Parts: sequence; C-alpha cells; structure tokens
Amino acid sequence: MTVERGHALELLRQMVLIRRFEEKAAELYMLGKIRGFLHLYIGEEAVAVGAMQAFTPEDAIVATYREHGQALARGIPAGSLMAEMYGKANGCSRGRGGSMHFFDVSRRFYGGYAIVGGGMPIAVGLALADTLQGRRRVTACFFGDGAVDEGEFHESLNLAALWKLPVLFLCENNLYAMGTALARHQSQMDIGLKAQAYALAGEAVDGMDVLAVESATRRAAEAVRRGEGPYLLEVRTYRFRAHSTADPELYRTKEEVEQWKTRDPIALFAARLREWGLLSDADLTAIEAAVGREIEAAVAVAEAGPWEPVEDLLRDVYTPRTP
Amino acid sequence: MKTTYREAVRSALSEALRSDARVFLMGEDVGRYGGAFAVSRGLLEEFGPERVRDTPLSESTFVGAGIGAALGGMRPIVEVMTVNFSLLALDQIVNNAATLRHMSGGQLSVPLVVRMATGGGRQLAAQHSHSLEGWYAHIPGIMVLTPATPADARGMLLAALREPDPVFIFEHATLYPTEGEVDESAGPAEIGRAAVRRPGEHVTLITYGGSLPKTLQAADLLAVEGIDAEVIDLRSLRPLDTPTLLASIARTHRAVIVDEGWRMCSFAAEVSAQLMEGGFYDLDGPVARVCSAEVPMPYAKHMEDAALPQPASIVATVHEMLRRHG
Repeated sequence: MTVERGHALELLRQMVLIRRFEEKAAELYMLGKIRGFLHLYIGEEAVAVGAMQAFTPEDAIVATYREHGQALARGIPAGSLMAEMYGKANGCSRGRGGSMHFFDVSRRFYGGYAIVGGGMPIAVGLALADTLQGRRRVTACFFGDGAVDEGEFHESLNLAALWKLPVLFLCENNLYAMGTALARHQSQMDIGLKAQAYALAGEAVDGMDVLAVESATRRAAEAVRRGEGPYLLEVRTYRFRAHSTADPELYRTKEEVEQWKTRDPIALFAARLREWGLLSDADLTAIEAAVGREIEAAVAVAEAGPWEPVEDLLRDVYTPRTP
Repeated sequence: MKTTYREAVRSALSEALRSDARVFLMGEDVGRYGGAFAVSRGLLEEFGPERVRDTPLSESTFVGAGIGAALGGMRPIVEVMTVNFSLLALDQIVNNAATLRHMSGGQLSVPLVVRMATGGGRQLAAQHSHSLEGWYAHIPGIMVLTPATPADARGMLLAALREPDPVFIFEHATLYPTEGEVDESAGPAEIGRAAVRRPGEHVTLITYGGSLPKTLQAADLLAVEGIDAEVIDLRSLRPLDTPTLLASIARTHRAVIVDEGWRMCSFAAEVSAQLMEGGFYDLDGPVARVCSAEVPMPYAKHMEDAALPQPASIVATVHEMLRRHG
C-alpha cells in the first residue's frame, strides 16, 4: 500500500487530535467542567479518520453518542465541541446536547444519537430525500455492534436495500455492546452475513489500520454513489477506555485490553510511516505540538464561552413562526 | 359540498401532492391496497410509486425515514395505519422527531406530518382500539391534531403541511364514513383554536375527535329536558386553546370533559387541571369527566359499549352534576 506523505501526516494528525482531545475531555470531566455521560473513542480513531476521507462536504453524516471522533474528523472545530461539552452557548448544539449530541448542519453532520440504532432510520430518510431530489450524495451511517441487536438495524438495512438508497452503513464493531461481549448478544457473530440476508453488498475491514479503513470506505462510498444501493462496512476495532465514565469494566480482563493496545491505531500507523521513511521524530513532535495548541485553544474557547440565559429555556422546542 | 371524512382527507392529500413537489406519502398499504381505510385509493395511479410509497411493516424505520427525509428537504406525510402500531415507532417519535430541533440548538427543523387512525367502537378488541393521542400530547416538540369533521380533516392536513415542526394527526376510525360540509376552495385550517360546535348556557361539554358526534347527541338529549349545553371541540390537543374553554365556563359555570382515553392520566385530566388553575372561581362545582373504563377493550359489543363514553353516560354525568351542584 502506498500513501502520499502529506495525506499520511494529515491522517496521523487527525488521529492524534482525537486522542488528545479526549484525554483532555477525561481530565476536564474529573475536574467537573464536563458532566453527563462521556463516551470516549480512544482506540477507535482509525475508524472515523479513515472513513471520513471518503465523504464530500455534500454527503451527510449520522453518528452515535460516541461521536467525538467523527465530529473532529468531519472538521467541526474542537473549540465548538469542547464548548458543547461544557454546556456553553457557543457549543455546536448551543449547550443543549452535550457530548452525546453534536450537530453541525453546515457540515451536514446530523448528530449523535443516544438511543442505540436510533440514527439508522434517520440516515435512510436522508438518503431517500437525496434520491427523490435527484442528488448524487452518500449518507454515512455510523453505529456499533450493539445496534445490530436492535430491530431498527434490520428494518433500516431492509428498507435501504429495498429502495436502493445511497446509505453507507458503517458498523464499528468494538466487540462490546456496552459491557456485553458480541458472543453474548449475537447468535450469528458474522455481521456481514446479515447484510447478505438483506441483499446488501458488504465487507469487513481491520479498524486498527487507518489506510485499510480509508480504502475500503472509498470503495464502498463510490459504489453507493454510483447508485448501486446501500453497503454495509463492518469495521473491526476496540475501545481502550471504559464504555463511559460510569463503567468499572468488570466484564473484560486487563490482559485483553493490553493485548489490543499493542494494536493501537496511532502507534501502528506511526511505525509504518517511519518504516516507509515518511515520518521523522521532528514530524511527530510538530504534530503533537500543533495538536497541543489546538486543544489548548479549544479549552480556552469553552472557558470563555457564555452560558445561555435561563430566560431562553423554552427556545428551540418549536421553530419560530414567521408572521 | 357534502362529503365524507375519508374523501376530505383524500382531497387534502391529493391537493398537497399536486401543489408541492416535496410532498410524498408513505406507509403500510397506502399504494396498491389504497390504504387500510381506503383514504389513499387512486393516489398511486395519479402520482406514481415514487410519491405514494408502500413500506415494509417497519413502523419505527419508516417513521424515522420520514424524519430523515424531512431533514433532507422533503415534506413527507407518513401514514401509520393505526395508533396501535405507532407504539412500534415511539422511539423515533419521542427521541428524535420531538427533540432534534432542541438537541441541535435550533439548527434543525423536522417538517413531518404523521397521520394515523385512532379509537375504538368497532369491536376490534384490546390491541386495535387504543385512544393514545393524550400520550402524544404530553410531548413538547410535536403538535397533536384531532380533526372531528370532514372540513377539519381536510383543512388541518393542509395546515399541518405548512408547519415547520412535526405534526401528528389522529383520525378517529369511526369518523371516516361520516359526512359534512367541506368547502373545496377553503385553505388550511387554523391550528390551535378550539371551536364551539353548539352554543349553550347551562354546562360546557368539552371533547374532541371521535367523541364529538356522541357529545352532540348528548347535547340534543339534554335540550329535550331544557338543559342547554355548549359543546366545544378542542380540535388541537397540543397546542391547547385554554382561553376558549375558560371563556365558556365563565358563562356556564359547569364543565364536563368527554375523552375516549382511559380516565387515569387522561387528556381530560389535563383539561380539568387547566380549568381549575384558570377558572376555579367561575365554577359552581367540580369538573366532571366521561372517559373510557379502566379495562383493556373487550370484544363483545355490549361490553365495548359499556367501556366507551356514550351519549347516555354523558347525559347521566350532567344530571348528576346538576343534582349535586345545580
């Protein structure tokens, strides 16, 4: 596999940005600056970063409650996301959503959905709107292996395939539905077979390898864009951190987690780039320094952001009517 | 011109499909079958399968797809065959349709119209007779309309299609064959305004949807005895036109609420609370409710009749009220 140096360094930068952003978020959570649920993506960065390369600004993104990575990879400014987690009015959802509900319509980022599987019908509908309006766009629908248990997964795959809608279903299989291992929640663990059952094209890819994710997603997105109907890409990955800040991790062993950490997507990619002579110590230092400044600036944006006045509590329940 | 409720809905659907390219209809059996209540008969032939779409039996996903299509610039009308099946789509309705504008900090609007048949009275037993519109009215972020006449069935659907937010229209299944005057040139109805269907002086009977004909019958029976009842049709449960109700009880000093939902936590309970909060000193006695009995709907006709509000039970409630607080 070959990769152009500038692109490779950009992929690496984005993965490092997600990692450092989340480490900072975890720290700020401990300080009480961020509350609610905080679902960290650490370990899964290659999925969002690799996949997002395949989408144009006109394509739509539907994500889950673990969507910090997708939001950053889509280019939503880190400050806007950090401010959202602070609950500030300059957050990407004006402080009404928090960590689980990032939205940025200008980037066609249609949100984090916190009911497992709940975003899937929305993605089908966005793709239906594109089809009915004759637009050649792709809707990317991210979800986890837990969503495969839900009726909405099966209904959405069936409907998208039946109507040949341009949805790219991206299953981030991190092997756990919260704390329940795949073998304990699926009778058929090969998720690709489920795509076959609904006559969808499908493929599985190593989610710890950012280049593999990128090339598989590009292939899938192009097929969808050509009008060949929906596609299910199963991306095999692993979550290094707990499910959320409330999770004591009683359901898996430390050895298992350590074993997966030897396949850390950032370390793997960096090592590979060094091997190919595309990455120097100076490059990595520069990336870390630039990301560090970006995170610092993001925290400053969140700290400086205003609180929405309580008088505005009932705003945005309904759309203001133009007289 | 006189037309049925069913034809009035069809006329609004047809007009909307003709006048706005963004409008499409989807749901179970809306196309080839012509709709479970024959509401959409002929629309597939006129507008084609792109715009009149038969869906799989996947309520959650086709309601959610309606939300997504609305976000993507369309004006979907989703028909959920009956309120009973809408329970399978509650996640999409409560967690997505009602919340997306708010959760996105005002970036999104969901201009979605969902129509469904509601109510009992057809001997369809405990799984096909629900009146759950009161549940839906509990949810901020959506609107809940309950047209009771052919004119409203048409006008409210046209009005719903002009709203930027999700609108749920509950069509009581016993109303489809009823007839009434409909002005085909009339535009959208006003949303959020109750209507006085029969003016009166002695007691205010407040109702909506499928209970309106029964309540009007009860008012006729009361009139024979010299009791002059005012009948108010709520038309819209959310938003609720409380001022019209308060103005009425300021004149009649008595209120009976007729609601096909179960009594416990019914929409009637909400109306009663609002009358107490805003009109306590206008009332001569406690507000009364005529609701469905606290039992899953029985199949046998005499038992179903006993479970539902009826003209006789409305009359009896007014009698009791006048006896105790007349």
